[in-house]
Amino acid sequence: MANQSDNNAYWAANKRIIGISLVIWFICSFGFGILLRPLLASINVGGTDLGFWFAQQGSILVFLVLIFAYAAKMNKLDKEHGVDE
Amino acid sequence: MDQFTLNLLVVGATFALYIGIAIWARAGSTSEFYAAGRGVHPVVNGMATGADWMSAASFISMAGIIAFGGYNTSAYLMGWTGGYVLLAMLLAPYLRKFGKFTVPEFVGDRFYSQTARTVAVICLIVASITYVIGQMTGVGVAFSRFLEVDNLTGLLIGAAIVFFYAVIGGMKGITYTQVAQYVVLIIAYTIPAIFIALQLTGNPIPAIGLFSSTATDIAGVPAGAPLLQTLEGLVTDLGFASYLEQSDTTLNMFLFTVSLMIGTAGLPHVIVRFFTVPTVKDARSSAGWALVFIALLYLTAPAVGAMARLNLIDTFWPNGINEAAVSVEEIETNEDLAWVRNWEQTGLLGFEDKNGDGTIEYRAGDSNELTVNRDIMVLANPEIANLPGWVIALVAAGGLAAALSTAAGLLMAIASAVSHDLIKSQINPSISEKGELLAARIAMAVAIVVATYLGANPPGFAAQTVALAFGLAASSIFPALMMGIFSKRINNKGAVAGMLAGLGVTLLYIFLHKGWFFIAGTNSFTDADPLLLSIKSTSFGAVGALINFIVAFVVSNATDEPPAEIQDLVESIRIPRGAGAAVDH
Repeated sequence: MANQSDNNAYWAANKRIIGISLVIWFICSFGFGILLRPLLASINVGGTDLGFWFAQQGSILVFLVLIFAYAAKMNKLDKEHGVDE
Repeated sequence: MDQFTLNLLVVGATFALYIGIAIWARAGSTSEFYAAGRGVHPVVNGMATGADWMSAASFISMAGIIAFGGYNTSAYLMGWTGGYVLLAMLLAPYLRKFGKFTVPEFVGDRFYSQTARTVAVICLIVASITYVIGQMTGVGVAFSRFLEVDNLTGLLIGAAIVFFYAVIGGMKGITYTQVAQYVVLIIAYTIPAIFIALQLTGNPIPAIGLFSSTATDIAGVPAGAPLLQTLEGLVTDLGFASYLEQSDTTLNMFLFTVSLMIGTAGLPHVIVRFFTVPTVKDARSSAGWALVFIALLYLTAPAVGAMARLNLIDTFWPNGINEAAVSVEEIETNEDLAWVRNWEQTGLLGFEDKNGDGTIEYRAGDSNELTVNRDIMVLANPEIANLPGWVIALVAAGGLAAALSTAAGLLMAIASAVSHDLIKSQINPSISEKGELLAARIAMAVAIVVATYLGANPPGFAAQTVALAFGLAASSIFPALMMGIFSKRINNKGAVAGMLAGLGVTLLYIFLHKGWFFIAGTNSFTDADPLLLSIKSTSFGAVGALINFIVAFVVSNATDEPPAEIQDLVESIRIPRGAGAAVDH
């Protein structure tokens, strides 16, 4: 088993990556799709506005990118800290 | 060949396929039954998770709700996909490292308490039964149409089939059966959508067609305008709520999305799929692949909804909404309108020429002469668009695959919680394997009787009932799991108090609005005029979850911190290495 301080560093790095990911997750769904929609009202997308597109399409595409990016980043982090299998 | 025979043939063929695969896979090795996904590639596991996850709510009900609610129903789309991000980052990798087989098992071990385990079982059963009620509603709609019987008869036949399907058991556990179900389900969903997108916009990709211009006249509106603008103009001119503008409050929409997202990450039958992948690394990517296969349906659903609404309006106002509507005589004789007569038989669609002018006018308000149950939209969609008979039959098969696979999965989760987490581990540890199996089957039978009884008079459309189940999972299970991983300080008392508070308050709020135990007429409030601000019962899970977090935090900090070995356990589940060994105990 790796030493305690390295495990703590690994966990802190993981939490940082999760934190950044969830900020993007929030902005692209709750933000663009709901709360910030009025601000995006002037940007036209195929008969409606960008907020509508994010609420019904864009957010889902962002979620996909986020999960795969997280998985890739964590694979790298696992190796760096020697906790991969 | 008539449509009825074709339906039976296609549905029968898909069932034969599932059973064939189940028998073929079972012959290989019985030990693989419990180790379902282990050794299975993350892509295959993701596809199976997709079939497990996408139920009657996603397949049959959701696009119909979007068709009538427009932008305001976006929470279903964001909520039921965004939860996978939470699952991939906050739960799946660590629960995989922990390496047990049920959610109550994790709760019991992490909070070193049989009480916590029992409370988790209760949370699981309450959320899962509510979920099955929604499935039964969808099953009733699908069977009533495709067997051409009334809704109640369809529901009873469907319940009997779900029961046998779940009791055969292993079928659900075999990953390759679910892969076949996913393939049937996604083909059945996308083929009619592609046909309709081509008809209306000339673009074969529904998600792009939705934001394109129309290629044909629709209800008197000339081709060439953006599809969504055409729809917006028609619905507002007919007096309906706007399709594009927000009419729900921002607060309710926000909380509803939160509830569905964290409920997704808290539903036991989804979480257990990540217990069985080979490594922590695979748990992360499995969540991604699951979302890829789910997104194929979810990116298509808003197009299906909008286009179905357009076709519905076009059917009843063929010459435009300022000209004469479709005549009663035509509905009764025209072959293209056979679907209206067929659905009328089920009782889920009704028309009445109130003003006696010989036409059926579809519009908002008292002068409306057409009522359409939202849950029929997806199944009726290919008929409304006059697609070939085999496409209609395929959609029936897809809807049944979605409903049956998820209902069976949930019944298995309920059964294993009762027999494994409750009876075997607590009430009667010496129970024989035979007795455990019997208890599981009795639990399944009771669950299905309750769900069928309530499914006959459901608290909402299929997807709305399922949304209540997500609220219950969000308020009880998700917070306990997340705190169990991310905090070393949350102890047994805190977790138990948190789960009970979250579940209790949410259940109370739902019963106050939907009737006690979902029995119609016993409610004190309605979702149109809810108890707190504008928070509907379907959105309250987010508030329940917050209460769960706060109560658990306060109680834990007022009592002793967890013993050292539990803190070591939390440390160890945070580190991926050793997951392979963890399951071999």
